[in-house]
Amino acid sequence: MLRQASSGTLAVEAIDLVKEFGETRAVDGVSLAVPTGSIFGLLGPNGAGKTTTLRILLGIIDPSSGRRLVLGRDRPLEAAPEIGYLPEERGLYPAMHARDAIAFLGALRGIPLAEGRRRADALLSEHGLGDWARKPIRTLSKGMAQIVQLLGTIIHKPRLIVLDEPFAGLDAINQARLEELIRREARAGVTVIFSTHVIAHAERLCEEIAIIAKGKVAFDGRVDEARSRLRPVVRLRTRSSDGPWRSAIPPGARREGGEYVFELPEGGPEPLLKALIDGGAGIETLAIERPGLHDAFVAIAGNKAASEMGEEKPQ
Amino acid sequence: MMRFLRSAFVIARRDFSATVLSKAFIFFLLGPLFPLLMGGVFGGIGARVASQAEHPVVAVIGPQAEFDRLSAARDQLADAIGDDGAIRLVNYAPGPDLAAQEKELLASRDPPVRAVLSGGLDRPRVKGALASDPGATGQLRLLIASARSGSAQVKPDLPVTNVAVSSGSLAKDRALTAQIGQALLFFLTLLLSGMLLSQLIEEKSNKIIEVIAAAIPIDAMFVGKLFAMLAASVVGIIVWISAGALLIQLVKHGGVQTLPQPAVGWPTFLALVILYFAMNYLLLGAAFLTIGAQATTVREVQTMSMPVTFAQVIIFGFASTVIGHPNSTQALAAALFPLSSPLAMLARAAEEPALWPHLLALLWQALWVALILRLGAQLFRKTVLKSGPRRPWWKLSRT
Repeated sequence: MLRQASSGTLAVEAIDLVKEFGETRAVDGVSLAVPTGSIFGLLGPNGAGKTTTLRILLGIIDPSSGRRLVLGRDRPLEAAPEIGYLPEERGLYPAMHARDAIAFLGALRGIPLAEGRRRADALLSEHGLGDWARKPIRTLSKGMAQIVQLLGTIIHKPRLIVLDEPFAGLDAINQARLEELIRREARAGVTVIFSTHVIAHAERLCEEIAIIAKGKVAFDGRVDEARSRLRPVVRLRTRSSDGPWRSAIPPGARREGGEYVFELPEGGPEPLLKALIDGGAGIETLAIERPGLHDAFVAIAGNKAASEMGEEKPQ
Repeated sequence: MMRFLRSAFVIARRDFSATVLSKAFIFFLLGPLFPLLMGGVFGGIGARVASQAEHPVVAVIGPQAEFDRLSAARDQLADAIGDDGAIRLVNYAPGPDLAAQEKELLASRDPPVRAVLSGGLDRPRVKGALASDPGATGQLRLLIASARSGSAQVKPDLPVTNVAVSSGSLAKDRALTAQIGQALLFFLTLLLSGMLLSQLIEEKSNKIIEVIAAAIPIDAMFVGKLFAMLAASVVGIIVWISAGALLIQLVKHGGVQTLPQPAVGWPTFLALVILYFAMNYLLLGAAFLTIGAQATTVREVQTMSMPVTFAQVIIFGFASTVIGHPNSTQALAAALFPLSSPLAMLARAAEEPALWPHLLALLWQALWVALILRLGAQLFRKTVLKSGPRRPWWKLSRT
């Protein structure tokens, strides 16, 4: 059922989106609901259909079937002046000066050129690139050019920012800067959607996520909700190697470096603790850990998808 | 619609600045001037060489009085056919050994004697290399006859009343203007087609196409690119036409005023040249932009250039057949076929004074520009962006 974006609760809604390229179904019945003002992460391994979903939502391509509603409009290009977009494959005109490149991106979104240049100068100074304002893009490092394009994405003060793999190619410092920029925009009421195959970014930033695998949404909801799908994990080390307390350990428990590792039983920690103490286990260490998003991802999308996600590799 | 136009303007402004402010644009401007300059220089040298080679010097061995009569006849001939067309005569006093003198003169390099005339006016005979030039022998016969009769000394009075044009000269002149106009349009468009084919390579290779496609309608991008190139080429045309007019002014006696007058008059004709150039450019440009948009590399563009050039030559050939027959069925067909229409109508402007057909033709051509652009943008979305059209093709503005 389509929730009304006009009520102000949803910035983006997708209903049963399908996109076929010849015989290949890249997006297979994707439905999403992105609340206004939230940071929303699209997670999935490479080739899962994240970029195609974003391109459909932005109106770059049309779906084979299904509906999309972006900032209350079913034709996304009508909302283009209120949207900022950083594509996965970055690109600027190499001969353009940095400030002109940002102003050009603003002009595409309806900002007059002179105003765009003024804002570009301010943004570049704010991000420590003031000295590079009048340098051609081709003379900038890849990371700097990426920052310039990112500034071009927000120059027109959009209500919705869509970032496709925004952290790729950035060093650790710039990744942290980008995370802060995303949080700042969200605090100002801007909706931010970003795709990533690095779970750590989503875990740190997102309130809501959608996990996409093989073109389908495997999970859509709050990060807490995803994590709460798994039971907390207990790590127990005892002084006693055997005794009546062993009956409190679930049959599926495994041994890791002298520790018992198992899911917290349904009854919760108190019956477990009581059984361990009464049974003379001699608790040396006991930790009850909440599962991370990675564990939730493995549980939802499967080990294969998780292994394809790759690790975060700051440049 | 305003957003559509504003988006097209943003693209056009970027492309125009990037083109005109680049160093390569200087070469683009100078490119066509080099052949013009070289043509002028080598043409001048060639004409001088040809003048020496084609108008032989005939050495006349005989008394001065006879030579004077021949010389007067030669002046009269030069009056009629022009000095360049008449043979040159040089007088030599008879020597003791005529055969030796003839041999010596025929071997002379300064002046380069082609033949020797001796025996006086009563018993003239010519010795020389005139077998391949019967015209020179004919001229000599005429000069001798004229010198004998003495008629060369008398110039009959012939009052002449000049009229600006006759029907015969008018049709020929206007056909020439039509030909020049069509050729100008053809070469200009040919020059620019390569640039149009590669217009989208930059955006596609540096991936900015994604940002543009997410921000503005693809139709607006096509329109912007097309008009940017049109504006850049108009800058080129102004430079080239000015250079051409300057060259004509310098080398042609009487300057540009002596060029054949078109039927609609020079001011209207020049305005139509600009309009039809724009239409020709937009029509072919929209088609080339569409074709070029499918290419992803410069190599692919180069491969496409050849058939595109052939297609242009065929269209030019078709349009040029209507010159001299502006009201024929063929002319109507060429005017109706969108890609040959500007060329055919420009020829018509040179040959027919009526203006209303041009208004109709311009509207017809503008309609086709819009149609080709619309289809081009849809094709681009479908094949390059991998997206199918969701709106009816006749709705131009997609916002």
